[in-house]
Order: sequence, then C-alpha cells, then structure tokens
Amino acid sequence: MREMITMVVVLTVLSTISGGLLSGLKNATAARIEVQQLKFVKGPAIKTILEGVTNDPIADRFAIKDGKMERKFFVGKFGDKADTVVLESFGKGYGGDVGLMVAVNVKDDTILGVGVTTHSETPGLGARAKDDPGFVSQFKGMPIKETFKVTNDGGKVNAMSGATITSRAVCSAASDAGMIYINLKPQLEEKLKEFNK
Amino acid sequence: MAKTLTQELTKGLWEEIAPFRLVLGLCPVLGVTTTMENGIGMGLATTFVLVCSNILVASLRNIIPAKVRIACFIIIIATFVVVVELLMQAFTYPLFLKLGVFIPLIVVNCIVLGRAEAYASKNSIVFSIADGLGIGIGFTLSLAALGAIREILGTGKFFGTAVFGPSFEPFTFMVQAPGAFVCLGLMLCLMNLVGSK
Repeated sequence: MREMITMVVVLTVLSTISGGLLSGLKNATAARIEVQQLKFVKGPAIKTILEGVTNDPIADRFAIKDGKMERKFFVGKFGDKADTVVLESFGKGYGGDVGLMVAVNVKDDTILGVGVTTHSETPGLGARAKDDPGFVSQFKGMPIKETFKVTNDGGKVNAMSGATITSRAVCSAASDAGMIYINLKPQLEEKLKEFNK
Repeated sequence: MAKTLTQELTKGLWEEIAPFRLVLGLCPVLGVTTTMENGIGMGLATTFVLVCSNILVASLRNIIPAKVRIACFIIIIATFVVVVELLMQAFTYPLFLKLGVFIPLIVVNCIVLGRAEAYASKNSIVFSIADGLGIGIGFTLSLAALGAIREILGTGKFFGTAVFGPSFEPFTFMVQAPGAFVCLGLMLCLMNLVGSK
C-alpha cells in the first residue's frame, strides 16, 4: 500500500511540475514565436497570395477586437488603393490546427487567394496543401460568403487525394474566415480608409 | 568496472558511438541527414535533451519508485523535448521548419530513454552529465558526418555553397531514403574495418 502511494505521489508531482514549467515557457516564448512565424511562414504566404502588391502587408497590419479575441489583419494595396485585407483562420487537420491566410477583396467580397501557413500535417499527404499551389488555387475568385466544402461533402472544392481531412480543415478555415470577415466588415472598412489617405 | 570521468565522456565518441556501435536512434539518423546543417541541429537538440534528462534522472534516482520508473523517465524526457521545441521555434525557426516532426519524435528516441534507464538511474549526477554529453556529441558527430557525405554527393553542395565544378552531376540517390541506408551501411562497414585491427 505504501509503495502504491509513493508511486502515485511521485508521478503526480512530476507531471505537475512538468506541466507548470511548460506552460510558463510557452507563455514566455509566445511573443517571439509569433514574430518568427510572421517572418518565415506567414509573411511569405501573404506575399504569395497577394501577388503584385505595392505595399508591405506585414508592416501595414492592424488588430480589431472581436468579442474577447483580438484579430489581426494585414492590408494589401494595389496601386494606391488599399482594398484587400488578409486574415488568418484555423481548421482542425489531421495533426492539429491548420492555419490559413485568406485574402479578401473588400469591394466585391471575393477571395483573392488563400495560403496555408502553420500546420503539422503528414509530409507528402496533408502537407501538400502548403507545398502544392494547385489545391489552394481553387479558392481564388470564390465569394467569401460561401460555406466551403469538399466535393465528397456536397461542396465545390476538390479534395487532395489521400488528404481529405486536411482538405476539410482548409475548407472549414476558409468558411471561418468568411464569418469573421462578414462580422467585422464595417470596422474593417473603417480601418481601411486610414490606409487610403 | 569503475571508469574515470574522461572515459565516460569519450566512450560515446567512438567505443559506444550511438548510431554505429549501438545502432540506436536510426529514425532521425536516416530521416534528417539530407544536409549537414540539419544533422548538426538535430544532434544538438538531442544532446540537450539527453544531458538534461540524465541530470534529472540521476538526481531523482533514489526517489523514483522502480515500478513506475519508465513512466517517470518519459515524463522527464518529454518535458525537455517540448522545451527544445519551443526554444527552436523562438530562436531558430527555419531549422525548426526543416526538422519538423523529428523534433517531437526525440521523445521516443531510444538513445535518450536507453541512457536514462541504463546509466543515469544508476550513477551520480556528474557522471551522468559526462555520459549524456559524450553520447550526445557522438550522436551529433555521426549525424553531421552522414549529413555532410549525403549533402556533398547528393547535391554537390556543402553548407549551401557548391564544392564541385559545374560539370558535376548531383548523385540525387544519396539525398533520398535508400541513399541514407546505403551510406550508413558503408560507414558502419568502414568503422568495423578500422576497429577490428
């Protein structure tokens, strides 16, 4: 009996310390990790989907409070008109959250392009969502108000073969982005005016 | 079998060099060594986990109950692996992107658990540090050597700069998975040849 108690106590204490340490470290590194992700993953993804942009979307970013969450938006200028916003949303993939950058044209509410950012999908299968531009290019020009679904689920998006779960994750992320966009549109237009001055 | 501290430190460099003598931890050895940079990064991450887990296991060796020791070791190892993962994300993000899933997989690297179970749980802290450091550096050197050979032959480059003239046709087989096996086998053979004399 005594042995049993020691086992439980040691394991519990060890797990607790480990959990505490890790959550502390996660908080401490969160800000730095975000900067790094912006520089190496999100930045390039935004530049790819906003081809021919005339400003630096990473520098021209702003945040809007959406309920408790603070959402970040990136502004894309073409010529001297700031008419594109880029936002990030997430979908549940095979190995965790799949991040998706969605660029929306504010004038006609269509998608200018999407790009996968952070993910932990299987290399060669789900990871193709990021590596192979064919899949994400399907979203180009679609109206943002739509709910995106893969063809298996009765939607319009052709899933990547062998990576249906990742394809679904990208669709649900895109749909989420649409909802966020519609909810915040009035504030977004307000903010964009500042960039058009 | 009392060994001096130096012997403990140097045994991991030749006598018990992990991938070749013990043929352990082959998954990252074969998986990430497409370039020398990847090999060194992976090796150093593993060394950090190895040294830290050895320290903790050695200092807790009288507290951890024998029946749940493996569970305790795994908690300790997993904690340090997540620490490495977070630190790499915060400071060396491009390398983290390249190594990808192999970083969390250090948890199940049998070298780390092997040293905790076979060495650190029976020896003092100082000796365990020496053991972890030795095995870790040996592992790093093996990965670096394998990575260098595969990178030079497979892509004709060394740390990103071309080493051969333009007439060199890259031996792409070497950077693919079968090339890793062949290269490892030849190195093992060579080491046995040298060692048997």
